[in-house]
Amino acid sequence: MASRIWASKAASYLKISTFNRGFASVVKDLKYAESHEWVKVSGNSATIGITDHAQDHLGDVVYVELPEIGTAVTQGSGFGAVESVKATSDINSPVSGKVVEVNEELTSSPGLVNGSPYENGWIIKVEISDTNEVSSLMDSEQYSKFCEEEDNH
Amino acid sequence: MSPPFTSSSEPPCRSSITSIFKPSWHSSTTHASKDEVGWGGFNQIYLVFRYPPRSVKLHTLLHIKKPLKMARRQVGHAGLPLMNIVRMKGVPILQQLEIEECLLRTSSDNWCIINDGADKPSIVMGVSGKPAGLVEIRPVLEDKIPVIRRFTGGGTVIVDHGTIFVSFICNKNDVADVQPYPRPIMSWSGLLYSQVFQGIADFRLRENDYVIGLRKFGGNAQSITKNRWIHHTSFLWDYETRNMSYLKIPERAPDYRLGRDHLDFICPMKDYLSRSDFISKTIDATRSHFSVKSTEFETVRLPSNPKFTPTSRLLTNQELEPAGKTSI
Repeated sequence: MASRIWASKAASYLKISTFNRGFASVVKDLKYAESHEWVKVSGNSATIGITDHAQDHLGDVVYVELPEIGTAVTQGSGFGAVESVKATSDINSPVSGKVVEVNEELTSSPGLVNGSPYENGWIIKVEISDTNEVSSLMDSEQYSKFCEEEDNH
Repeated sequence: MSPPFTSSSEPPCRSSITSIFKPSWHSSTTHASKDEVGWGGFNQIYLVFRYPPRSVKLHTLLHIKKPLKMARRQVGHAGLPLMNIVRMKGVPILQQLEIEECLLRTSSDNWCIINDGADKPSIVMGVSGKPAGLVEIRPVLEDKIPVIRRFTGGGTVIVDHGTIFVSFICNKNDVADVQPYPRPIMSWSGLLYSQVFQGIADFRLRENDYVIGLRKFGGNAQSITKNRWIHHTSFLWDYETRNMSYLKIPERAPDYRLGRDHLDFICPMKDYLSRSDFISKTIDATRSHFSVKSTEFETVRLPSNPKFTPTSRLLTNQELEPAGKTSI
């Protein structure tokens, strides 16, 4: 009981929510796409990665295909891919805009996507072209519920 | 090394598809055998392509029992989703990969592509494959073995006329009980092929490989988009043992390999069933999940996307040579 209270306080401090079953975390201040990417928006800038739910289902990531800087991205369309368990899986952008930075660390350490999906495993940074698109994304609560429904399907 | 087909002014995807689907009726004197055509059942169409190795002319043999107009989201008998089965023979693996990637990205229908043998030995690496660690560069260059990087993940295989390719391209909603992630898709395919080998061999899916006992006989790989996925397999119905010497033991290998070299690790399917039996049993197993429907290809309109370019490609000697120099 004490450890649960501690875990709950730690989660609250770190702004992390956990599912009832205790796996696949979400971060409260991020927005989420149905294709399991997250986006952190700050003004016209966005940082994008894949969620803990996605990395857990994909398995160990062994390769990340990154776009070139300057590439245009469109909400809902693919911009790169991850390879895991003999499969390439598209990564789709939650927002439209232009790629301004890519996480070069992923080339030598693709496992960052598994180990730190919301921080060191970020994939691209984008200059957003239409901030209104963000309102169509899910918040952390909605995304948590979405994942639960998907896994129970 | 130039690709084995001619390009046209049309978008590459459409050019590849329409050039293969261009009908050219066989005369009665060159009628394909039943084994090639595969008359597996009623109301089915098998489009059989024969690709002469040194000719750019493609001859098609089209047997239509009951041509039906294809709707966008097709549902067949008992509400099962529709699966279009396309049979090919001897089509070059690079061309097959281009067709598959185009169908994955621009079609909204389900496809099962069966290619009975590649035209010549070729090495096929996964999307992140690095030649230096996977192939013996010097003999590959000396013997002019094509090395292809495909659009799906996974490891390296060497394919030839003894390889049978089976590919499933599906809408995720048409296989709704399978989550669109690598392991669930792999499990689904493992169940399908279990039906094929039931009572014939000790088949199982082991660490993502298709094995008989402890020996691998099929290499598989996947690509997953937002709404569709492809699972494709190269089955070693038979193989030239000398071709295996072009491949290195990869750094990333399944545990059950136990460091065995290629010839101790793989086995040919021919010891268990014939090519035609394997293909017909695979089509039968597909019917458990889909309604196999006849299709008149003249009426099929593949989604037109002039911007689509296949990403599978032949590696140049320049790309291989630095790897060869490094490995000396």
